[in-house]
Amino acid sequence: MILAQLEGQPLVRWDWVADHLDDIWAATKEHLVLTGIALGVGLILSVALSLLAIRYRKTYTPITWITGILYTIPSLALFSILVPITGLSVLTAEIGLVGYTLLILIRNIVAGIDGVDPAIKEAAIGMGYTRLRLLIQIEVPLALPVIIAGIRIASVTTIGLVTVAALIGKGGLGFFILQGLRRFFTTEIVVGAVMSVALAVAIDLLLVLAQHALTPWVRAKATV
Amino acid sequence: MTEIPINDAMIRLEHVSKTFPGSGTPAVGDLSLEVPEGEILVLVGPSGCGKTTTLKMINRIIEPSSGVIWVAGVNAIETQPHELRRQIGYVIQQTGLFPHRTIAQNIGTVPRLLGWDRPRIAARVEELIDLVGLDADMANRYPGELSGGQQQRVGVARALAADPPVLLMDEPFGAVDPIVRMRLQAELLDLQARVRKTIVFVTHDIDEAIQLGDRVAILNVGGVLEQIGSPEDILREPANDFVAEFLGTDRGLKRLSLIKIHTVDLDPGPVVVPGTSPQEARSVAARYDVDWVGVGTPGTLAGWLYLTEVEHLGQVPEHDLRPFISRLTTSATLKEALDAIVSTRAKVAAVFDGDRYLGMLTAERISAEITQ
Repeated sequence: MILAQLEGQPLVRWDWVADHLDDIWAATKEHLVLTGIALGVGLILSVALSLLAIRYRKTYTPITWITGILYTIPSLALFSILVPITGLSVLTAEIGLVGYTLLILIRNIVAGIDGVDPAIKEAAIGMGYTRLRLLIQIEVPLALPVIIAGIRIASVTTIGLVTVAALIGKGGLGFFILQGLRRFFTTEIVVGAVMSVALAVAIDLLLVLAQHALTPWVRAKATV
Repeated sequence: MTEIPINDAMIRLEHVSKTFPGSGTPAVGDLSLEVPEGEILVLVGPSGCGKTTTLKMINRIIEPSSGVIWVAGVNAIETQPHELRRQIGYVIQQTGLFPHRTIAQNIGTVPRLLGWDRPRIAARVEELIDLVGLDADMANRYPGELSGGQQQRVGVARALAADPPVLLMDEPFGAVDPIVRMRLQAELLDLQARVRKTIVFVTHDIDEAIQLGDRVAILNVGGVLEQIGSPEDILREPANDFVAEFLGTDRGLKRLSLIKIHTVDLDPGPVVVPGTSPQEARSVAARYDVDWVGVGTPGTLAGWLYLTEVEHLGQVPEHDLRPFISRLTTSATLKEALDAIVSTRAKVAAVFDGDRYLGMLTAERISAEITQ
């Protein structure tokens, strides 16, 4: 039946695209905002939980346990569970989206900081660094490559997940995919999918450039 | 912080011990020692002797289980650890340089912690880069771009940055190749002659200890102090079998490596002027119990030849002599002199100051120096 519906239809109807540039731009912006909030809030929570895990090592296992369980809940199921509580709202979408970033971000932050050469930490402490100063000025900068790697995975994952949030009416580009499926209109599906992928690639590229700019010493080493 | 006018020791350990949690035996038992101002004290011993633990208790990287430690007249145990550490330079084997900071930023670490203003830090960094013999254009490079030896120099410069009275060095030259290590050791002594810090230096290498230490403390497993004293004293009179064994079977040679030629009296040697008759040459050689004579005028030494050759020629010639292959200067050690002696057929070491001949050393003369 679906195939029959799709038959005779071009994959992309460019006239539709031309007519809906404003809608596509608005959806892209919404997608970006949803992703940005998710990553921002996710990062804040992850930093807080990572600091807890680093300071009190015993908390690390329960933290990864809980965020791990969050990570394994299918997104569709999570949104369905939340709708009766928080409604068809941005909050519902963000609870899910933030939840999925936590495991990736916390693991990378903790692994990045754990990975700092003990000799460097000992030298810093031996010269009179306080714990806080050590963390901010030495450990975090040196963990940046690993932390940014985590942010890259989390951002790509989140951009993909935002499309699922279209089911509760807050899906950015996912709106086109959902509507295209409902109406058997491939143009919308393709626009939603391609734009979503393009967004993921663009954000990833930006993060690579950011890492490049933030960690000049990594490159300097490679030239020797 | 309490000031104590006990004595002028810069570092003082009083009955210090450390037992790590979960360990039945102490890593350091009941250790007391003093390091006077301006001295290099080397802690040396086999692994497990607690030398590194001892060092790290001084800046409280490791907290002592009991005892008191005084640093520059201040009770280290009662001082805020980070305040204490900013007064103590710290150099470790793996350098611990901050890879994300430039050489200049690395060296400026402690001054920045102490809140110096930028121009003062910049001036100090420039001074230190020069002091440890690095190129000024390295200032803006990252540590990863430098060789191991250069990194270790940066480590020393960083430790000296805030001009601390005390320097702690934990096997600082352990990870570099032997040639670079020898150079760094020589540089450290040069540097120390200029900055006069109180240095505690940890090594497992007895030769390094002997070369660098004003005094050497030999520790045994469990932080037991077996002997402390000048390298000469320890080599001459090891306190017990453990020390003797640790010093090795070439103790005599090690002692020779401590004695510079300019501290011993040189012998003029069996030297005659050109034109001397075979009879006279023979009587000069007989006085030294050798079968050759050196040839030269006072203050010069051109070479040597066998008495049989003098007899064959009829007199001592001016040219066509056998050369003294190793020409030693007075800053060489008796160990180098001995090497020259066993490497030449004349069995002597000729000592020169530039072109000027000063005298000779024989194996007997050198042996007398350490058996007297």
